[in-house]
Amino acid sequence: MTVSRRPADKRTFFDKLWDLHRILTRDDGATLLWVDRHFIHEGSHHAFANLAARNLPVAHPELTFGVADHYVPTRPDAVPTDSIARMILTLSENTARYGITLFGRGDPRQGIVHVVGPEQGLTLPGLLVVCGDSHTATHGALGAYAFGIGATEVAHVLATQTIWQKKPKQMRLVVDGRLMPGIGAKDVALNWISRLGADGARGHVVEYDGTAIRGLTVEGRLTLCNLSIEGGARSGLIAPDETTLNWIKGRPFAPTGSDWERAAEGFLALAGDDDAGFDREVRLTADEIAPIVTWGTSPEEALPITATLPDPAREPDPAKASRIAASLDYMGLTPGRSLEGIEIDQIFIGSCTNARIEDLRSAAAVLAGRRSKVPGLVSPGSTLVKSQAEQEGLDRIFMDAGLEWVGSGCSMCVGMNGDLVAPGKRCASTTNRNFRGRQGQGARTHLVSPAMAAAAAVTGTLTDVRKLLRGRC
Amino acid sequence: MAGWTRHDGLAVALPLENIDTDQLIPARFMSTPRSAGYGGFLLHDLRRDRDGRLDPDFPLNRPEAAGASILIAGRNFGAGSSREAAVYALVDAGFRVVIAPSFGDIFAANAVNNGLLPAPLSAERIAPLLARGPVRLLVDLATGSIAGDGVSERFALDPVWTQKLICGWDDIDLTRSCADAIATFAERRRAEAPWVWSQAS
Repeated sequence: MTVSRRPADKRTFFDKLWDLHRILTRDDGATLLWVDRHFIHEGSHHAFANLAARNLPVAHPELTFGVADHYVPTRPDAVPTDSIARMILTLSENTARYGITLFGRGDPRQGIVHVVGPEQGLTLPGLLVVCGDSHTATHGALGAYAFGIGATEVAHVLATQTIWQKKPKQMRLVVDGRLMPGIGAKDVALNWISRLGADGARGHVVEYDGTAIRGLTVEGRLTLCNLSIEGGARSGLIAPDETTLNWIKGRPFAPTGSDWERAAEGFLALAGDDDAGFDREVRLTADEIAPIVTWGTSPEEALPITATLPDPAREPDPAKASRIAASLDYMGLTPGRSLEGIEIDQIFIGSCTNARIEDLRSAAAVLAGRRSKVPGLVSPGSTLVKSQAEQEGLDRIFMDAGLEWVGSGCSMCVGMNGDLVAPGKRCASTTNRNFRGRQGQGARTHLVSPAMAAAAAVTGTLTDVRKLLRGRC
Repeated sequence: MAGWTRHDGLAVALPLENIDTDQLIPARFMSTPRSAGYGGFLLHDLRRDRDGRLDPDFPLNRPEAAGASILIAGRNFGAGSSREAAVYALVDAGFRVVIAPSFGDIFAANAVNNGLLPAPLSAERIAPLLARGPVRLLVDLATGSIAGDGVSERFALDPVWTQKLICGWDDIDLTRSCADAIATFAERRRAEAPWVWSQAS
């Protein structure tokens, strides 16, 4: 890691984004920033209650977009409990009351907020995007400054269309080289988080760059930026390039005609100046990255699939040893054994991390013509992704393998809609958090890429997907 | 929200790292209205067994921890989601201060917005505190000090946050006093980037 100087006359991509939205800065450094795009979901009910109690209007309903995702039932025959139904209804009522566009249950554009925003062209380079959800970092993949906020801040944005922030530090994470077949953005993300720690980038915005990053598709970039929060950064960023523009052009809310020409030129000009310095720089080499899987209860507790589990008895630091022992105990694993071959009970493919069309394609490439040895749920990131996957015949591959093909929503990532992993059960999951109890009380989560989840399904154990890809790609 | 400058309370140690927001309040409780009180959900699955019975050995459940209002924990406290309910659970359970080597960024901002102080103290300074049983501490925001029973520590908090906690400031009222600057900015933004306002085609 290196620390570089920051020349005053040179600006990074993030410096430019910050300056574009700065309304005023107080003497103490607190800066009032303009919010271009505010996404809300069912969790916004606390903020609307705050607004109603003060009898305040929503300042800019035309810049606010609602999406039902956290509590939406995904199985066609699911009957929502009263409290789940109430959460979805409350979002409908609140958005209707204030004139906010809602992509609700039954809308063909419905899906997970961090899939829908980019998909609809609501997320654009140069925008400041906030949402009461930590994975708002996702939108940085398209060159937006995007970060998650709490309920009090959601109320503030609704009332003022602004947010107070102190300028974070900047870290550049450069990944050069070429990713090997079977290795994706999920592996890159878990790799850096396991090296730097779950609080490794705390207080920093992370700008991703390097040939391996530039070579990622937008879907891969969204996955990478999505996971920035798991390394402690509130935001991840990738400066807009031709890949970004090609992906955005023609989406429903994207600028058109002469507006597009003008906007696109401005988007490309946002890239950081040469020689603009960062507070920190970290470099990784792409071809050294293997498929990675978490073994513990924090995203930092991750290792290449070829590795063996850590042994607390070999850890000199007693605090670290006890943390390892506690994680292994919760996960029902023994020290020193191989990660590969650990038997799993089920798989889940979905979430704002890995439920885009390319994620489904990469899982289907492994599953095609094969049967899953364990039950599993495949939940596309949006209703539009679901339609596209069905047009491509991916749904048949999943169902022929014996997996459930369901509707879009946050589903088994956080289990708020009732899709849960039973106590003590082990799930290979494409989600973002392996926290204790995240997928259900006592649930054991191994975070993996979609291809790795598919490989785990085929063998019923954690498996190096590269073995199953031979002759396939 | 009422502000505060000094807090005198019982501190209880929870010697765990990475206590994330899913542990602070499991997702299944989050559709509960706040008026019902979130204190009973705090660290629910760590404090209780599958049948909901309190684990008598868990630090927060021990009789000597009754009435604790200061929590001391390991690094990366409050990692994870933006759920402010994690802070509501702490506040409703009577906590006013959390002392840890580092905090999840969103959690820390949420804490300050609810009058809960996230006081950073290095892992080395915290280690002896984590090893002790409940201890009475006086936390002073104005001087950034933690004192009592052989303890004398200083912490550095962002001055904006210190002021917010002391004054019990509400950001919405504060920001509404900047209405003219916001309106001017919005007009300029709309001229420079009209596509931000574009409707679906």
